[in-house]
Amino acid sequence: MTTGARNALLVGAVLLLAALPLVGDTYALRLGTFACMYAVMAVSWNVIGGMAGYPSFATAAFFGLGAYAGGVLLSKGGGLAGALLLSGTLAFAGAMLLGVVLLRLRGHYFAVASLAVAEVLRELANTATDLTGGGMGLNIPLAATSGGPQAEASFYFLLMWALLLLTLGVVLALERSRLGFGLQCIRQNESAADMIGVNATLYKSLAFAISGVFVAMAGTVYAAWVHYIEPPDVFDILFSVKPIVMALLGGLGSTAGALLGAFAFLAIEETVWRNSLEIHTGLLGLLIVVLLLFLPNGIVSLARRLRGSGASGG
Amino acid sequence: MAELLRLESVSRRFGGLQAVQDVSLSVGAGEVLGLIGPNGAGKTTLVNVIAGVHPASAGRVVFEGRDITRLKPYQTARIGLARTFQIVQPFPEFTVLDNVAAAAMFSRGGMGIAAGRQAAAEQLDFVGLAALAERPAASLTLAMRKRLELAKALAMRPRLLFLDEVNAGLNSAEVEQAMALIRRIAASGVTIVLIEHLMKVVMSVCSRIVVLQHGALIAEGGPAEIVADPRVVEAYLGKKYAQASKAGA
Repeated sequence: MTTGARNALLVGAVLLLAALPLVGDTYALRLGTFACMYAVMAVSWNVIGGMAGYPSFATAAFFGLGAYAGGVLLSKGGGLAGALLLSGTLAFAGAMLLGVVLLRLRGHYFAVASLAVAEVLRELANTATDLTGGGMGLNIPLAATSGGPQAEASFYFLLMWALLLLTLGVVLALERSRLGFGLQCIRQNESAADMIGVNATLYKSLAFAISGVFVAMAGTVYAAWVHYIEPPDVFDILFSVKPIVMALLGGLGSTAGALLGAFAFLAIEETVWRNSLEIHTGLLGLLIVVLLLFLPNGIVSLARRLRGSGASGG
Repeated sequence: MAELLRLESVSRRFGGLQAVQDVSLSVGAGEVLGLIGPNGAGKTTLVNVIAGVHPASAGRVVFEGRDITRLKPYQTARIGLARTFQIVQPFPEFTVLDNVAAAAMFSRGGMGIAAGRQAAAEQLDFVGLAALAERPAASLTLAMRKRLELAKALAMRPRLLFLDEVNAGLNSAEVEQAMALIRRIAASGVTIVLIEHLMKVVMSVCSRIVVLQHGALIAEGGPAEIVADPRVVEAYLGKKYAQASKAGA
């Protein structure tokens, strides 16, 4: 199966998800919303981490930024569209500026520096009590959806789903573009990329910004959906770590892999959590280690592997 | 001969090490200039200074009348400077074709992937790698990788091409092929600066030679002049040998 066919198949599968509000209860919708949110994060992370090869731990920073920027605007009476626009713009601009500085670092140094961004923003949200409510958290008024919990769950699911579709559209187009090609050059050999005329600083910053913009918008949707956010909740380090695990689980470097990985991760997480409440985090960690150990190239390599062993034994 | 590149008292210092020292040099359009010197003389550093990898600490680099001293590598790549690396630098996961396509695309604005691949195919034909176009670059032999470097550099449509030891590590048959290729590139009108240790290649390909030692230029002239120059002999073989060969001659 070519990459194009695989991507078409996946987009088709995501499109089918739109039928969930017709068949699912609120639990299924809640799960579906999380699935779309995780997928937005993993697919976004793959742009900077998988394509450009810069292991970013800034996902939580973007998510929290979006949650607070959008949340504050909503709590002051702004509309959802405006909140999404604000958080997306802030994340993009912030990432472009920050990228010029942060992306001079490579490897572990970049990872640690990007990790610090969420901590700084968390402290800011904690101290700016007037705006964010600080440690008391921020209440976000209920959106004007009439029709009870089912209608509301459907609304936020569809919103997150539409965001995932938008993310996929942009990232898949990026993959085939000049920018995507340049990012792959940077990942493989940055100084050689420089030498053939790739403006690496600009390209990396763009990748960082694109990896942030949809995550921030997901943060806004999340804030509106749960109606109450607090700094340790939305700047949770796990929001930085999970997308990386998902991308690894699905297959590093491919958008399809990140998407599959996000869905697979949520399925495993939910199953483990439901069946062993006390030790679920430990069990989840163990499962992921085992999966990565035996499937280092992720779920997307599974098909190739099966086909390979059938045809040529290789 | 119109001047293409001019170095005006260019120096580069790394901490306490003076890697390039007050080098002034002019490269004419269409010439094949040999840049030679013992190991550690600063040849590659000089190329890095011109390309913007390590900008000059002092002095000016002028290319086609324009001051490029402070330009970054990706900017010099876009105005017509290309180079091959002494240690080959392919994009290992890309195919041979995509390696060259990347060079074609990013060295000029606005070219898409399809057009880049088309331009790349032509260059692969030229250097004789067409049959390997779909192979991953990591699977090539050293001789083939050196040719890939060349194809990448040529795909950038350079006005000035630096060839940094393209023959190092090749056997004599491969060196012959590489020399023929260099002559064809020169004949197509590309100005070449050739960094080379194999004197056979330098003598037969270059129209003019400059010699670098301890970061400074010590001699300049035609191939025959250079091999007879006692300073050059001394740089390579030591003072005693230089005196002996002078007495003998």
